[in-house]
Amino acid sequence: MEAQPAGEVATPAISVQDLTMAYGDFVLQRDLTFDIGRGDIFVIMGGSGCGKSTLLRHLIGLNEPAQGEIYYGDESFTRADDERREQMIRRVGVLYQSGALWSSMTLAENVGLPLGEFTDLTPPEIREVAALKLALVGLAGFEDYYPSDISGGMQKRAGLARAMALDPDILFFDEPGAGLDPISARLLDDLIVALRDSLGATIVVVTHELASIFAIGTNSVFLDAETRTMIAQGVPSQLYEHAENERVRRFLRRGED
Amino acid sequence: MLAVMVTAVPPVGRVTLDRPGDGSLLIRLSGTWRLEEGLPSTELVERELGADPPRRIGFDAEGLGTWDSGILTFLVGVSRMGREGGVVVDPSGLPDGLQRLLALAEAVPEKEDARSADGDRRLIALLGERTLHTHYLFWSDIEFVGQVTLAFGRALRGKARFRGTDLALLIQQNGFDALPIVTLVTFLLGLILAFVGAVQLQTFGATIYVADLVGVAMVRDMGALITGIIMAGRSGAAFAAQLGSMKVTQETDAMTTMAISPLEFLVLPRIMALCLMMPFLTLYGDVMGILGGAFVGMTVLDLSAVEYFQQTAAAVSLQDLVGGIFKGSVYGVLVALAGCLRGMQSGKSSSAVGDAATSAVVTGIVAIIVACGMFAFLFYALGL
Repeated sequence: MEAQPAGEVATPAISVQDLTMAYGDFVLQRDLTFDIGRGDIFVIMGGSGCGKSTLLRHLIGLNEPAQGEIYYGDESFTRADDERREQMIRRVGVLYQSGALWSSMTLAENVGLPLGEFTDLTPPEIREVAALKLALVGLAGFEDYYPSDISGGMQKRAGLARAMALDPDILFFDEPGAGLDPISARLLDDLIVALRDSLGATIVVVTHELASIFAIGTNSVFLDAETRTMIAQGVPSQLYEHAENERVRRFLRRGED
Repeated sequence: MLAVMVTAVPPVGRVTLDRPGDGSLLIRLSGTWRLEEGLPSTELVERELGADPPRRIGFDAEGLGTWDSGILTFLVGVSRMGREGGVVVDPSGLPDGLQRLLALAEAVPEKEDARSADGDRRLIALLGERTLHTHYLFWSDIEFVGQVTLAFGRALRGKARFRGTDLALLIQQNGFDALPIVTLVTFLLGLILAFVGAVQLQTFGATIYVADLVGVAMVRDMGALITGIIMAGRSGAAFAAQLGSMKVTQETDAMTTMAISPLEFLVLPRIMALCLMMPFLTLYGDVMGILGGAFVGMTVLDLSAVEYFQQTAAAVSLQDLVGGIFKGSVYGVLVALAGCLRGMQSGKSSSAVGDAATSAVVTGIVAIIVACGMFAFLFYALGL
């Protein structure tokens, strides 16, 4: 979290070069090359089963590329050793699809765990920061609740509070709107934009929800399940108007060409 | 980050207070604010507010370098103090990003009744809650046993719905697949019994009676008991974890809404599988235990194999064998019941599934031991 975003000339936050993703012999996507600029809300979109979430898992180091490389800034994430990787990944926050809160801990403990591990704060200070993060996502007063005591939308927001615990430079969202009603999904989108604007963080969103894609996306990449590679890249609203590929247009127009 | 800024400001975040004279308090923020360096204290501001309450609080962030949520906790604290003291807090002197974050943090008012959830935990309340919960568990246990009995009745009339393939798979998983561990444990148990007996019997020069001791102990009680305990750890925990996670993913709900009773579809085949397999496992365990005893007899006590087995055959009656196997079958039903019961009672989180598995093993073993004690009385009274 930085007060002022770095200048325009800065290197991209993440840069993906010739990435091929595969499960064993089965190639999911090949030849992915794109940059995620600092301060962008970058949308990874595509139909079901095209490998969106797998791409996210590659970006955060849960899966290893079959080929190609991922750079954080100008440093290779793929070639970094374990220790360096751990340092790099600490600057990253992830909101998983269903929140992935640790069910045996209260919300405050969920948010506080990374703070306790990676900072020198005292327990009361950790609790204070955790309460603040929960307040940021609209969950003030819920510190002592367990994940099973709150609704799905609240679990997602609590997951976001946890993802923000260490003030990451880059925030990843896996299907943030999935399982939420339109209003909650919209509120979460607004929250994402608000956080980007105030924190200057870079945001990467995996989604296929059109409303969300157009509302918040400042840049995007489209993964195609048939040709197994990316077939479009750019600002979502411009892709809606001018995408060369028919499949991209059909996707963005809900099947109407 | 911006190198020019960083060189121009002091390295560590600082707060200085200023009174411009118009009855307001100006908080000057400067330096770099990082969570790693600890949280800034609002004490200074608090003291100032207490000594001479201003009419409004303003901010000056001219010298502020990079910051993270550390500064935000400070600002939220100041803002709260302002609210409580009736002082206007004007955030306009802060950087845009901080103003927005502050607004975001205070956008949703704190849920007042939320905190009380954990606030007033008196011992007596806790005791009452526990008692009620135990009461509830007791009745739901009884109810479960009743429902299973009814489902069994339906199964006997051929009206229960479950798949034969499921039963076959469960029989394999809880019968055949358990053989290695049953082999190891019962063989070693026979071996241990033989050693314990040998130490005593050697003093009388009656080592051949080790065969009687091991044979009778294994066949009448120990074979069934130890196999039951193994199955409680193996199958009971597995049943609870399977059914518990099916509850988490709403698979059991999906069955209920299709008018397929989870009790018939999931619980019945599991109980049947263990009820059918336990007699065989018990018999197998008995044999392995006797072999363990024979191993000690032949290697340490210099008895011949023929001698040992003849002695065993003379000592163990068919009645003992059937009684032991019957006990094993009952233990199997208890283990399966405990596993399924705790699984169906499981909560809907991953830790609840863990609790269910633990509870299933504990319940299973307790049930087995209690049943074992009751059998001991019963068999003695009947003179078996």
